[in-house]
Amino acid sequence: MNVRAWFLIAVLLLPNWAHAQGYAGLGGSAEGFAIPQRGYQFQFPADHGPHPDYRIEWWYLTANLQGEDGRDYGIQWTLFRSALKPFQTDGWQNPQLWLGHAAVTTPDNHFLAERLSRGGIGQAGVTASPFEAWVDDWYMRGDDLNSLQLRASGAEFTYDLSLTAQGPLVFHGADGYSVKSAEGQASHYYSQPFYSVEGTLHLPEGNVAVQGQGWLDREWSSQPLAADQIGWDWFSLSFDDGDKLMAFRLRGTQQDFTAATWIGADGTTTPLPDGSTRFTPLDTARIAERDIPVRWRVELPERGVDVEVTALTPKAWMATRFEYWEGPIMVSGSHTGRGYLEMTGY
Amino acid sequence: MTRVVLLALLSHWRAHRLQLATLLIGIALATGLWSAVQAINAEARASYQRANDQLLLGRFDTLRNPSGTIPIEQYATLRRAGWQVAAVLEGSVRIGENRFRLLGVDMVAYPALPAVTQVEEGTAPPDPADMLTAPGRLLTTPAVADRLQNQPSLPPVLISDALPPGLILTDIGVAETLLDRQGQISHLVVLPQQPKGLPALPEITPDLDRIPAADQLDTAQLTDSFHLNLSAFGLLSFAVGLFIVHGTVGLAFAQRRAMIRTLRALGVSMRRLVWTILAELTLLALIGGVLGLLLGFFIAGALLPDVAATLRGLYGAPVSGQISLQPQWALAGLAMALGGTLLASGHALYRLAHLPLLSGAGVQAWRSAASGRRVIAMAGVAAIALGIGAQLAIGGLIAGFILVAGLLTGSALLLPFLLSILLRGFGARANGPVAQWVWSDMRAQLPGLSLALMALLLALAANIGVSTMVSSFRLTFTGWLDQRLASELYLTAADDAQGQEITQWLAPQVDMILPIRNTEIAHESGPLFLYGVLDHPTYRENWPLIATSDGAWDQVMQGRAVLINEQLARRQNLWPGDELALTSATTLPIAAVYSDYGNPTGQAIVAMPLLDMIAPGVETRQFGIRIPPERASALAQELRDRFDLPSGAVVQQAAIKAQSLAVFDKTFVVTSALNVLTLGVAGFAILTSLLTLWTQRLPQIAPVWALGLTRNRLAWLEVLRSILLAALTAVLALPLGLALAWALLAVINVEAFGWRLPMYLFPVDWAYLLALTILAAFVAGGLPALRLLRLPPADLLRVFANER
Amino acid sequence: MLLKIDDVRKSYPGGRPVLQGVTLNLDRGQTLALTGESGSGKSTLLNLVGALDGFDGGEITLDGTALSGLDDPGRAALRRESMALVFQQFNLIPSLTVAQNLAFHARLANRLDAEWVDHLATRLGLSELLARYPETLSGGQQQRVAIGRAMATRPKLLLADEPTGNLDETASATVLDLMLSLIAETKAALLLVTHSQDIAGRLDHHAHLSGGRVA
Repeated sequence: MNVRAWFLIAVLLLPNWAHAQGYAGLGGSAEGFAIPQRGYQFQFPADHGPHPDYRIEWWYLTANLQGEDGRDYGIQWTLFRSALKPFQTDGWQNPQLWLGHAAVTTPDNHFLAERLSRGGIGQAGVTASPFEAWVDDWYMRGDDLNSLQLRASGAEFTYDLSLTAQGPLVFHGADGYSVKSAEGQASHYYSQPFYSVEGTLHLPEGNVAVQGQGWLDREWSSQPLAADQIGWDWFSLSFDDGDKLMAFRLRGTQQDFTAATWIGADGTTTPLPDGSTRFTPLDTARIAERDIPVRWRVELPERGVDVEVTALTPKAWMATRFEYWEGPIMVSGSHTGRGYLEMTGY
Repeated sequence: MTRVVLLALLSHWRAHRLQLATLLIGIALATGLWSAVQAINAEARASYQRANDQLLLGRFDTLRNPSGTIPIEQYATLRRAGWQVAAVLEGSVRIGENRFRLLGVDMVAYPALPAVTQVEEGTAPPDPADMLTAPGRLLTTPAVADRLQNQPSLPPVLISDALPPGLILTDIGVAETLLDRQGQISHLVVLPQQPKGLPALPEITPDLDRIPAADQLDTAQLTDSFHLNLSAFGLLSFAVGLFIVHGTVGLAFAQRRAMIRTLRALGVSMRRLVWTILAELTLLALIGGVLGLLLGFFIAGALLPDVAATLRGLYGAPVSGQISLQPQWALAGLAMALGGTLLASGHALYRLAHLPLLSGAGVQAWRSAASGRRVIAMAGVAAIALGIGAQLAIGGLIAGFILVAGLLTGSALLLPFLLSILLRGFGARANGPVAQWVWSDMRAQLPGLSLALMALLLALAANIGVSTMVSSFRLTFTGWLDQRLASELYLTAADDAQGQEITQWLAPQVDMILPIRNTEIAHESGPLFLYGVLDHPTYRENWPLIATSDGAWDQVMQGRAVLINEQLARRQNLWPGDELALTSATTLPIAAVYSDYGNPTGQAIVAMPLLDMIAPGVETRQFGIRIPPERASALAQELRDRFDLPSGAVVQQAAIKAQSLAVFDKTFVVTSALNVLTLGVAGFAILTSLLTLWTQRLPQIAPVWALGLTRNRLAWLEVLRSILLAALTAVLALPLGLALAWALLAVINVEAFGWRLPMYLFPVDWAYLLALTILAAFVAGGLPALRLLRLPPADLLRVFANER
Repeated sequence: MLLKIDDVRKSYPGGRPVLQGVTLNLDRGQTLALTGESGSGKSTLLNLVGALDGFDGGEITLDGTALSGLDDPGRAALRRESMALVFQQFNLIPSLTVAQNLAFHARLANRLDAEWVDHLATRLGLSELLARYPETLSGGQQQRVAIGRAMATRPKLLLADEPTGNLDETASATVLDLMLSLIAETKAALLLVTHSQDIAGRLDHHAHLSGGRVA
């Protein structure tokens, strides 16, 4: 689950907003926005498109890639939608804001870029069929989600990748209704974790042909955070045997809230309730004047999982309008594999 | 010991309080006028800088469409090609009685603006949703905010002082609504940090021009010549003030020679004396400097509102009317006071340092020799030649200023030589011993007075030059108003609907209704206002054309040509026969150029149907109404009553003219104020010089008195001498002033304002100035004359007695 | 009697008495030397006779005109018309040439005799110096010009205050000789203030001032 952007709503616009506004009001009322409903029936391809009556939504893709020499890379491509008001219109008065984040992570470097736009003027948006999500010259597009072209560019990098789905969509929580706190805040949340990826990274050191695995998250909601929640740690693990695990911990001032989804190699899912997964930071690194846990122990006794998770590089800090850590990880222990880790609130 | 010496030196001032006052006033005047001008310039420049910084304008390249606005689709196309650009829509908006500049920027894409940051960090930060969606928020300065009160149709106003004066900043979505220009973009700002491997601009948007940041019409550049003008005046006043200092210090040194001789005889070394005197001068300079700064601060404060109005009116340059005290300004002012005082005292100090210990002559020895007069005159001729040469060889604004500087300095240097020749000529022609003595005595006085007279010459020439320029401009402007404002009544309706209602009612009872409609289009030289006109003799017969081609009006009325104003013509070097691109689709030949002294922006005129084609839906709210003049008053009142119009909505021709002239006059208030101040300082310089020469006068006067002239007569002769010298200087200043006026009108104005003006002569003004000069000379000569009148004979007799 | 000085009194501001009743007479063509200590009032008396300053009591009558009755213009006219003055220094008008200085007083008095001035210039040895300005002349030359200017008016009375006081011995002798011979030639009366007994001895009469009175 990519809880990461919950607090974008106000932060999105202006760099100083967070300090002035704090997080007050974000976990509170939905002010005319729609609220996720248990038992919602997804309609595709329409639900691949935007839901402007919800406050926040994203198309969030991460991929673990290898070059021909076996060197590890990670890429991120994200388009956030944040609605100032629950409607849309043509022109500058459109209250839908679009924020793009893209990054390439190598074993010793991290390149990132950010794009911001409002809707209604053609600069950014999402259409469901044929599918396209774009901001500026970045895009993720294809006839449907099964086959996508992906592009992003920054001052130091560009990438062009092709994605092909090798399995079905998976739904988190109760058929895509994903609870985020003990008080019941929730979102609509589904993923396509079975992409095979190939293409080229254009980096300062040269062009790199890569291939690997990608994971797309789709999520939307309007009032996701509980008042006492200060940050989160989110893991997507793809084990070498084909099974996958999505697991997160929302750190609260009183108590933490965890949830996870076990995804079998065939796409069958098992939701795992609060408390079933344990997360233990083993080692921190000093990044952006903060101590960030870059080595973790993740335990899911129910499935016999007891793994150590290590960042490919601690440098994967997203120094964007709001800052967080997002980067590829290597998995060892009871299971081996690769994955992505996101940490906020440090 | 130094302390004792210093105290001895300072005791002089206790006995000569008037002298001390004169010296301090001289330093204060020099520093004050200079600092005032500096403060004004600094404030104006700071305002421009602030405007640039606050909007981050001028720091980035922009993309402009030479023939119009940019549609949103083109913006999206650029964005989707990867180009990081931000959209800006600007225009002027009428709110109530006032017009403001409205700047709409895409606040999502634009770099953080200081004003926005300031509002965000304030105690009640606005919700971004409110900023970006209807009704939006307006950001502006407190001064503008006051004038926006009680306007219910406006979005709520947020206050920030990090904005240029007179500007309203808002999101582009709000701006397009307020300006009623939906979907239009004035220009795009190319943001820093573009991604790698962008496609070339011409491939994506061939019709947009990329204008480098450095080439954009910069307010600071535009107003440079204006500030140079002010600086020149400031420097002139400074120089004139220094003449006073020079005179007073010279006198004080002369009077203290006995004391200094005694001190040296008592064993004080010359070196110590010089250092002590330097310390004394420094002290005096600092005291005078502080007084000058106070004076300058108040002068600047008094003048700045008018300067700000001028700059806004002429250049649309945003300048606040409030002066703020900068420490570096005060330091620079004190440095000028100190430097100026030492410069003005250098000569006296040098002579003092080279004084033999036992020197016989009294004050007489201080008088500077006249031997260098010829050399100085040669230098003067060289300076004039340099100025003229620069104008012939280089041309342009800088050469114009070199010409003016060369003429002024050269003439000042020539002055003693010319006066000497004149006085010798008059002396040779004089009948009677007294007349002969008066002329020869004036010649003898020249060396001591020449600095003051040079100051007077400069002040007078500047006065004649500037007032000739201003008066010529005013005369031209008045004539232009007469031509341009041909309609008897000018009407402004609240909106198009009311406009239609009123014109329908008016049509049967007036000769003609002439709609005044315009739209702002983007031109590569900056904003361009396009006007539409109906075919009517009002235009054909009255419009002031300065360059035209055959059948110009027919061409325009048939929609086959365009008229442009002088500013646009000179700026872009476009003249009849050239072409002007109005939109990407419409390019027309230029039929004629008309003079336009109302504003600095470019203007063009086309036939009304063409305006409707280029900019459909341009508002029709303003009208000129042609009726017999005697009916104008009654009709104006009837219009107001019938349609419930505010009094400002119906204006008679005479009122507009009066208003325009009032604005014009306000524009040159600073110039005239500085003019008068400089002249005053020059008059004061003559007074101090005469007072300085006073001690030397007795040996000149006493023998004549002894031979049988009364003190009364001698006193009148003193006054007469002062008047004659001033009058002769004034006569010599006239041609210099006219040369200066020519340079201002034909060279500098063209660069500074964009228009060339004919030169008119105003002999009555000269007579007035001559009278003023004579009055000043009378006052300056009167004080020493009064002293002479009251002088006891014993003092005169002492001259003949052996003082040794 | 050309000049009658009768019981003249004069105090300076502050009340210090300078002259306490001086009585003296001088006939046409007579020469009188006035001597006295420094501060004895001899120069003051000369200035009073020259109508350069007013007195407090007594009377001075010059050629029948009582000086006490004159206002400032009257005194100026008297100086212009009826006498000539030679001072110790700064006699000349600095801005005028020697020739202009020589003629100046006579032109003021409106009785210029160009031939007489030429003659004087020759007698005084100034012919070569006519175009020069006073500041370029030696002290002796300057005093000769002053004497020439005075004699050019053919004065009835010449007043001279230490005319050789600033000169060295040789120049002094020349100037005095020239002055006395011209006085003799024109039959003018001379009132000469000097501290030198030698000079006083060459004049017809001699009065010594002491304590504000004639001793």
